[in-house]
Amino acid sequence: MNVIPAEYGLILASVLFTLGLVSLLIRRNIIFMLISVEIMLNAAGIAFIVAGSKWAQPDGQVMFIFILTMAAAEVSVGLALILQMYHQLKTLDSDAANKMKG
Amino acid sequence: MAIIFYMASAIAVIATVMVITRHNLVHALLYLVVSFLAVAIVFYVLGAPFIAVLEIIIYAGAIVVLLIFVIMMLNLRQESVAQEKQWFSGKIIIGPLILASILLVEMLYILTSGEPAGLSENMIEAKAVGMSLYGPYVLGVELSGILLMSGIVGAYHLGRQKKKVTHRFLEKKEE
Repeated sequence: MNVIPAEYGLILASVLFTLGLVSLLIRRNIIFMLISVEIMLNAAGIAFIVAGSKWAQPDGQVMFIFILTMAAAEVSVGLALILQMYHQLKTLDSDAANKMKG
Repeated sequence: MAIIFYMASAIAVIATVMVITRHNLVHALLYLVVSFLAVAIVFYVLGAPFIAVLEIIIYAGAIVVLLIFVIMMLNLRQESVAQEKQWFSGKIIIGPLILASILLVEMLYILTSGEPAGLSENMIEAKAVGMSLYGPYVLGVELSGILLMSGIVGAYHLGRQKKKVTHRFLEKKEE
């Protein structure tokens, strides 16, 4: 049973985070932007789990649970905002909401 | 165990690439579920079985179902796919992709330039996580409870429709 290097876990986290960042930058659909934020939060959680596994401490997993809680609260508020925006503007284009006065 | 880690990581990355290149929202969400499942396997291999279960239940379960419900409520039609295709044209991708990949290469260089270190083989069981969560981190647990509460209140307040029914004395006379 060979040991997994800790760098590979962190590399996986960085690659997933970069993919989420690219998706956030190139998309105009606001639901896709919310999904990319979820991908980035998940990648940050992977980094915490890898660090916790490296030091054999449960603290990394505790931090992941906090990230999970934050992601759940964030997605519920974000989806409520998206619903409200769709009712007002009838589109999911994030550029349509660039005026302060809706 | 190492080969399982590499395979699951490859599946997670490929599924995430598929998520960010889809035009149809539901297809993207299905690939997102695959990505979360692969990440859960990575967590299990890294010695975090409790977190692997939470990843499946909350990320692949609750959050994705919430997104699917909202897509169903919005009732998007086939036009939305064509519109997404039009928004997601080839030229837009180049700039962010180059800049983000430069950052990625820098980060990979920093990560691999240090001393190589192996991960510990032993599992961290749910009991140790729970002892830590309700021991030194109990304040964080209380604060996440408040955060979830404010999330519920905020989602209710934002998602509320305008009240359409008024009292019969306040209604305008139609005749």
